[in-house]
Amino acid sequence: MTHSQHKDNAGAKLGMWLFLFTELLLFGGLFLLYAVYLSRYPQGFTTAGREMHIVFGTANTAILITSSLLAAMSVTAIQRGERRQALWFLGGTILCAVIFLTNKYFEWSAEIGHGFYPDSPRLATAPPGESAFFSLYYMTVGLHGLHVVIGGSLLAWVAVKVKRGSIHSGDYVLLENATLYWHLVDLIWIFIFPLYYLIL
Amino acid sequence: MNEQHHIVSHRKLAGVWLALLALTALTVWVAHLNLAVGHVWGSLAIACLKSGLVIAFFMHMKYEGWLLRWLLFMTLVILAIFIGLTFFDVLYR
Repeated sequence: MTHSQHKDNAGAKLGMWLFLFTELLLFGGLFLLYAVYLSRYPQGFTTAGREMHIVFGTANTAILITSSLLAAMSVTAIQRGERRQALWFLGGTILCAVIFLTNKYFEWSAEIGHGFYPDSPRLATAPPGESAFFSLYYMTVGLHGLHVVIGGSLLAWVAVKVKRGSIHSGDYVLLENATLYWHLVDLIWIFIFPLYYLIL
Repeated sequence: MNEQHHIVSHRKLAGVWLALLALTALTVWVAHLNLAVGHVWGSLAIACLKSGLVIAFFMHMKYEGWLLRWLLFMTLVILAIFIGLTFFDVLYR
Protein backbone atom coordinates (compact mmCIF):
# COMPACT_ATOMS: atom_id res chain seq x y z
CA MET A 1 0.00 0.00 0.00
CA THR A 2 1.68 3.21 -1.07
CA HIS A 3 -0.36 6.05 0.33
CA SER A 4 0.83 9.49 1.36
CA GLN A 5 -1.15 9.45 4.62
CA HIS A 6 0.02 7.13 7.34
CA LYS A 7 -2.34 4.20 7.40
CA ASP A 8 -1.69 0.88 9.04
CA ASN A 9 -3.88 -1.42 7.01
CA ALA A 10 -2.29 -4.59 8.35
CA GLY A 11 -2.93 -3.32 11.88
CA ALA A 12 -6.54 -2.44 11.08
CA LYS A 13 -7.15 -5.90 9.70
CA LEU A 14 -5.39 -7.57 12.66
CA GLY A 15 -7.65 -5.62 15.01
CA MET A 16 -10.74 -6.75 13.11
CA TRP A 17 -9.65 -10.38 13.17
CA LEU A 18 -8.95 -10.24 16.92
CA PHE A 19 -12.48 -8.96 17.40
CA LEU A 20 -13.85 -11.72 15.17
CA PHE A 21 -12.01 -14.31 17.30
CA THR A 22 -13.83 -13.05 20.39
CA GLU A 23 -17.07 -13.42 18.44
CA LEU A 24 -16.17 -17.00 17.59
CA LEU A 25 -15.62 -17.71 21.28
CA LEU A 26 -18.92 -16.04 22.17
CA PHE A 27 -20.93 -18.18 19.76
CA GLY A 28 -18.68 -21.14 20.58
CA GLY A 29 -19.92 -20.85 24.17
CA LEU A 30 -23.53 -20.98 22.97
CA PHE A 31 -22.80 -24.02 20.79
CA LEU A 32 -21.14 -25.64 23.78
CA LEU A 33 -24.28 -25.06 25.85
CA TYR A 34 -26.28 -26.63 23.05
CA ALA A 35 -24.02 -29.69 23.06
CA VAL A 36 -24.20 -30.09 26.85
CA TYR A 37 -27.99 -29.82 26.94
CA LEU A 38 -28.32 -32.14 23.96
CA SER A 39 -26.34 -34.77 25.83
CA ARG A 40 -28.43 -34.22 28.95
CA TYR A 41 -31.88 -34.15 27.29
CA PRO A 42 -31.55 -36.04 24.00
CA GLN A 43 -35.28 -36.87 23.97
CA GLY A 44 -36.59 -33.36 24.59
CA PHE A 45 -34.14 -31.85 22.12
CA THR A 46 -35.21 -34.27 19.40
CA THR A 47 -38.92 -33.57 19.96
CA ALA A 48 -38.33 -29.81 19.94
CA GLY A 49 -35.94 -29.92 16.98
CA ARG A 50 -38.57 -31.67 14.86
CA GLU A 51 -40.72 -28.53 15.20
CA MET A 52 -38.21 -26.43 13.27
CA HIS A 53 -39.03 -25.36 9.72
CA ILE A 54 -36.29 -26.80 7.55
CA VAL A 55 -37.45 -24.80 4.50
CA PHE A 56 -36.85 -21.49 6.29
CA GLY A 57 -33.47 -22.70 7.49
CA THR A 58 -32.35 -23.93 4.08
CA ALA A 59 -33.56 -20.80 2.27
CA ASN A 60 -31.78 -18.56 4.76
CA THR A 61 -28.61 -20.61 4.38
CA ALA A 62 -28.64 -20.10 0.60
CA ILE A 63 -29.40 -16.39 1.06
CA LEU A 64 -26.52 -15.85 3.49
CA ILE A 65 -24.07 -17.79 1.30
CA THR A 66 -25.09 -15.64 -1.66
CA SER A 67 -24.77 -12.46 0.38
CA SER A 68 -21.29 -13.56 1.43
CA LEU A 69 -20.35 -14.09 -2.22
CA LEU A 70 -21.58 -10.58 -3.12
CA ALA A 71 -19.65 -9.06 -0.20
CA ALA A 72 -16.45 -10.81 -1.31
CA MET A 73 -17.06 -9.66 -4.89
CA SER A 74 -17.40 -6.05 -3.75
CA VAL A 75 -13.86 -6.23 -2.36
CA THR A 76 -12.55 -7.64 -5.64
CA ALA A 77 -14.38 -4.87 -7.54
CA ILE A 78 -12.95 -2.08 -5.38
CA GLN A 79 -9.44 -3.54 -5.68
CA ARG A 80 -9.84 -3.30 -9.46
CA GLY A 81 -11.07 0.27 -9.14
CA GLU A 82 -14.61 -0.51 -10.29
CA ARG A 83 -16.59 1.56 -7.84
CA ARG A 84 -20.02 1.27 -9.44
CA GLN A 85 -19.74 -2.49 -9.55
CA ALA A 86 -18.67 -2.57 -5.90
CA LEU A 87 -21.75 -0.53 -4.99
CA TRP A 88 -24.05 -2.94 -6.81
CA PHE A 89 -22.50 -5.88 -4.98
CA LEU A 90 -22.86 -4.12 -1.63
CA GLY A 91 -26.48 -3.30 -2.44
CA GLY A 92 -27.06 -6.97 -3.22
CA THR A 93 -25.51 -8.00 0.08
CA ILE A 94 -27.74 -5.62 2.03
CA LEU A 95 -30.80 -6.82 0.08
CA CYS A 96 -29.95 -10.39 1.10
CA ALA A 97 -29.70 -9.24 4.72
CA VAL A 98 -33.18 -7.73 4.49
CA ILE A 99 -34.62 -10.89 2.90
CA PHE A 100 -32.97 -12.98 5.62
CA LEU A 101 -34.53 -10.89 8.37
CA THR A 102 -37.94 -10.95 6.66
CA ASN A 103 -37.79 -14.75 6.56
CA LYS A 104 -36.80 -14.72 10.21
CA TYR A 105 -39.81 -12.58 11.03
CA PHE A 106 -42.20 -15.05 9.37
CA GLU A 107 -40.42 -18.03 10.91
CA TRP A 108 -40.51 -16.62 14.43
CA SER A 109 -44.13 -15.51 14.01
CA ALA A 110 -45.05 -19.07 13.05
CA GLU A 111 -43.15 -20.53 16.00
CA ILE A 112 -44.53 -18.08 18.52
CA GLY A 113 -48.00 -18.72 17.03
CA HIS A 114 -47.52 -22.42 17.80
CA GLY A 115 -46.79 -21.54 21.41
CA PHE A 116 -43.02 -21.89 21.30
CA TYR A 117 -41.50 -18.97 23.10
CA PRO A 118 -39.67 -18.64 26.41
CA ASP A 119 -41.99 -19.19 29.36
CA SER A 120 -44.97 -20.04 27.13
CA PRO A 121 -47.73 -22.21 28.63
CA ARG A 122 -46.99 -24.94 26.08
CA LEU A 123 -43.30 -25.12 26.99
CA ALA A 124 -43.98 -24.78 30.72
CA THR A 125 -45.79 -28.13 30.72
CA ALA A 126 -43.37 -29.77 28.26
CA PRO A 127 -40.36 -31.81 29.40
CA PRO A 128 -37.35 -29.65 30.41
CA GLY A 129 -35.35 -30.51 27.29
CA GLU A 130 -37.87 -28.82 25.02
CA SER A 131 -37.86 -25.49 26.80
CA ALA A 132 -34.05 -25.66 27.03
CA PHE A 133 -33.93 -26.17 23.26
CA PHE A 134 -36.19 -23.22 22.52
CA SER A 135 -34.45 -20.93 25.03
CA LEU A 136 -31.10 -21.68 23.41
CA TYR A 137 -32.62 -21.37 19.96
CA TYR A 138 -34.03 -17.90 20.59
CA MET A 139 -30.84 -16.81 22.35
CA THR A 140 -28.44 -18.03 19.65
CA VAL A 141 -30.51 -17.14 16.60
CA GLY A 142 -31.57 -13.84 18.18
CA LEU A 143 -27.96 -12.88 18.83
CA HIS A 144 -27.12 -13.93 15.28
CA GLY A 145 -30.02 -11.83 13.98
CA LEU A 146 -28.65 -8.86 15.90
CA HIS A 147 -25.35 -9.44 14.11
CA VAL A 148 -27.19 -9.44 10.77
CA VAL A 149 -28.73 -6.06 11.63
CA ILE A 150 -25.36 -4.63 12.72
CA GLY A 151 -23.54 -6.12 9.73
CA GLY A 152 -26.14 -4.80 7.29
CA SER A 153 -25.96 -1.30 8.80
CA LEU A 154 -22.16 -1.42 8.71
CA LEU A 155 -22.20 -2.36 5.02
CA ALA A 156 -24.71 0.42 4.25
CA TRP A 157 -22.43 2.95 5.95
CA VAL A 158 -19.44 1.62 4.02
CA ALA A 159 -21.43 1.77 0.77
CA VAL A 160 -22.05 5.48 1.35
CA LYS A 161 -18.30 5.96 1.78
CA VAL A 162 -17.65 4.05 -1.44
CA LYS A 163 -20.16 6.24 -3.26
CA ARG A 164 -18.53 9.39 -1.90
CA GLY A 165 -15.14 8.14 -3.00
CA SER A 166 -13.45 8.00 0.41
CA ILE A 167 -13.11 4.25 -0.06
CA HIS A 168 -11.30 3.50 -3.33
CA SER A 169 -8.78 1.12 -4.89
CA GLY A 170 -5.93 2.71 -2.90
CA ASP A 171 -7.64 2.64 0.50
CA TYR A 172 -10.31 0.05 1.12
CA VAL A 173 -9.44 -1.54 4.47
CA LEU A 174 -12.74 -0.30 5.94
CA LEU A 175 -14.67 -2.16 3.25
CA GLU A 176 -12.52 -5.23 3.83
CA ASN A 177 -13.18 -5.17 7.58
CA ALA A 178 -16.92 -4.66 7.13
CA THR A 179 -17.09 -7.61 4.74
CA LEU A 180 -15.02 -9.70 7.17
CA TYR A 181 -17.69 -9.03 9.79
CA TRP A 182 -20.36 -10.03 7.29
CA HIS A 183 -18.58 -13.29 6.47
CA LEU A 184 -18.49 -14.07 10.20
CA VAL A 185 -22.28 -13.73 10.27
CA ASP A 186 -22.42 -16.28 7.45
CA LEU A 187 -19.89 -18.50 9.18
CA ILE A 188 -21.93 -18.71 12.38
CA TRP A 189 -25.10 -19.49 10.46
CA ILE A 190 -23.26 -22.38 8.76
CA PHE A 191 -23.14 -24.02 12.21
CA ILE A 192 -26.54 -22.88 13.46
CA PHE A 193 -28.23 -24.45 10.44
CA PRO A 194 -27.22 -28.11 10.98
CA LEU A 195 -27.39 -27.88 14.79
CA TYR A 196 -30.90 -26.45 15.04
CA TYR A 197 -32.55 -27.50 11.78
CA LEU A 198 -30.95 -30.72 10.61
CA ILE A 199 -29.43 -33.11 13.12
CA LEU A 200 -32.39 -33.59 15.44
CA MET B 1 3.45 -7.00 1.42
CA ASN B 2 2.51 -8.72 -1.78
CA GLU B 3 -0.28 -10.74 -0.23
CA GLN B 4 -2.21 -7.57 0.64
CA HIS B 5 -2.65 -6.89 -3.05
CA HIS B 6 -3.92 -10.31 -3.87
CA ILE B 7 -7.13 -10.04 -5.85
CA VAL B 8 -9.46 -13.04 -5.84
CA SER B 9 -11.20 -13.18 -9.22
CA HIS B 10 -15.00 -13.14 -9.50
CA ARG B 11 -14.79 -16.49 -11.23
CA LYS B 12 -12.99 -18.10 -8.30
CA LEU B 13 -15.43 -16.56 -5.80
CA ALA B 14 -18.37 -17.86 -7.83
CA GLY B 15 -16.76 -21.31 -7.82
CA VAL B 16 -16.56 -21.23 -4.02
CA TRP B 17 -20.21 -20.10 -3.89
CA LEU B 18 -21.28 -23.07 -6.04
CA ALA B 19 -19.29 -25.42 -3.80
CA LEU B 20 -20.99 -23.94 -0.72
CA LEU B 21 -24.45 -24.39 -2.25
CA ALA B 22 -23.61 -27.97 -3.24
CA LEU B 23 -22.42 -28.72 0.31
CA THR B 24 -25.63 -27.20 1.69
CA ALA B 25 -27.67 -29.52 -0.55
CA LEU B 26 -25.51 -32.43 0.56
CA THR B 27 -25.95 -31.65 4.27
CA VAL B 28 -29.77 -31.44 3.87
CA TRP B 29 -29.72 -34.76 2.03
CA VAL B 30 -27.50 -36.40 4.66
CA ALA B 31 -29.92 -35.27 7.38
CA HIS B 32 -32.75 -37.05 5.58
CA LEU B 33 -30.89 -40.36 5.65
CA ASN B 34 -31.37 -40.80 9.41
CA LEU B 35 -28.07 -42.51 10.08
CA ALA B 36 -28.53 -42.30 13.87
CA VAL B 37 -25.44 -40.62 15.36
CA GLY B 38 -23.52 -40.77 12.08
CA HIS B 39 -25.35 -37.84 10.55
CA VAL B 40 -24.52 -35.56 13.50
CA TRP B 41 -20.82 -35.95 12.81
CA GLY B 42 -21.42 -35.89 9.06
CA SER B 43 -23.34 -32.60 9.33
CA LEU B 44 -20.65 -31.08 11.53
CA ALA B 45 -17.91 -32.22 9.14
CA ILE B 46 -19.73 -30.59 6.22
CA ALA B 47 -20.21 -27.40 8.27
CA CYS B 48 -16.46 -27.35 9.05
CA LEU B 49 -15.66 -27.81 5.37
CA LYS B 50 -18.03 -24.97 4.43
CA SER B 51 -16.57 -22.60 7.00
CA GLY B 52 -13.08 -23.53 5.80
CA LEU B 53 -14.06 -22.41 2.30
CA VAL B 54 -15.56 -19.15 3.58
CA ILE B 55 -12.50 -18.36 5.71
CA ALA B 56 -9.94 -19.32 3.05
CA PHE B 57 -11.46 -17.57 0.03
CA PHE B 58 -14.20 -15.12 1.01
CA MET B 59 -12.20 -13.89 4.01
CA HIS B 60 -8.89 -14.12 2.12
CA MET B 61 -7.19 -16.15 4.85
CA LYS B 62 -5.44 -18.24 2.20
CA TYR B 63 -3.56 -15.11 1.14
CA GLU B 64 -2.78 -13.74 4.61
CA GLY B 65 0.54 -13.96 6.40
CA TRP B 66 1.57 -16.30 9.20
CA LEU B 67 0.32 -14.01 12.02
CA LEU B 68 -3.39 -14.15 11.22
CA ARG B 69 -3.26 -17.83 10.35
CA TRP B 70 -1.52 -18.61 13.60
CA LEU B 71 -4.02 -16.53 15.60
CA LEU B 72 -6.92 -18.31 13.90
CA PHE B 73 -5.35 -21.63 14.74
CA MET B 74 -4.86 -20.57 18.38
CA THR B 75 -8.51 -19.46 18.61
CA LEU B 76 -9.68 -22.83 17.34
CA VAL B 77 -7.36 -24.61 19.78
CA ILE B 78 -8.76 -22.55 22.67
CA LEU B 79 -12.30 -23.36 21.56
CA ALA B 80 -11.42 -27.05 21.34
CA ILE B 81 -9.90 -27.03 24.86
CA PHE B 82 -12.99 -25.24 26.10
CA ILE B 83 -15.32 -27.85 24.59
CA GLY B 84 -13.09 -30.79 25.46
CA LEU B 85 -12.69 -29.90 29.15
CA THR B 86 -16.39 -29.14 29.54
CA PHE B 87 -17.33 -32.53 28.13
CA PHE B 88 -14.72 -34.20 30.27
CA ASP B 89 -16.68 -32.84 33.20
CA VAL B 90 -20.19 -33.39 31.81
CA LEU B 91 -19.69 -36.95 30.61
CA TYR B 92 -17.78 -38.31 33.60
CA ARG B 93 -19.52 -36.54 36.41
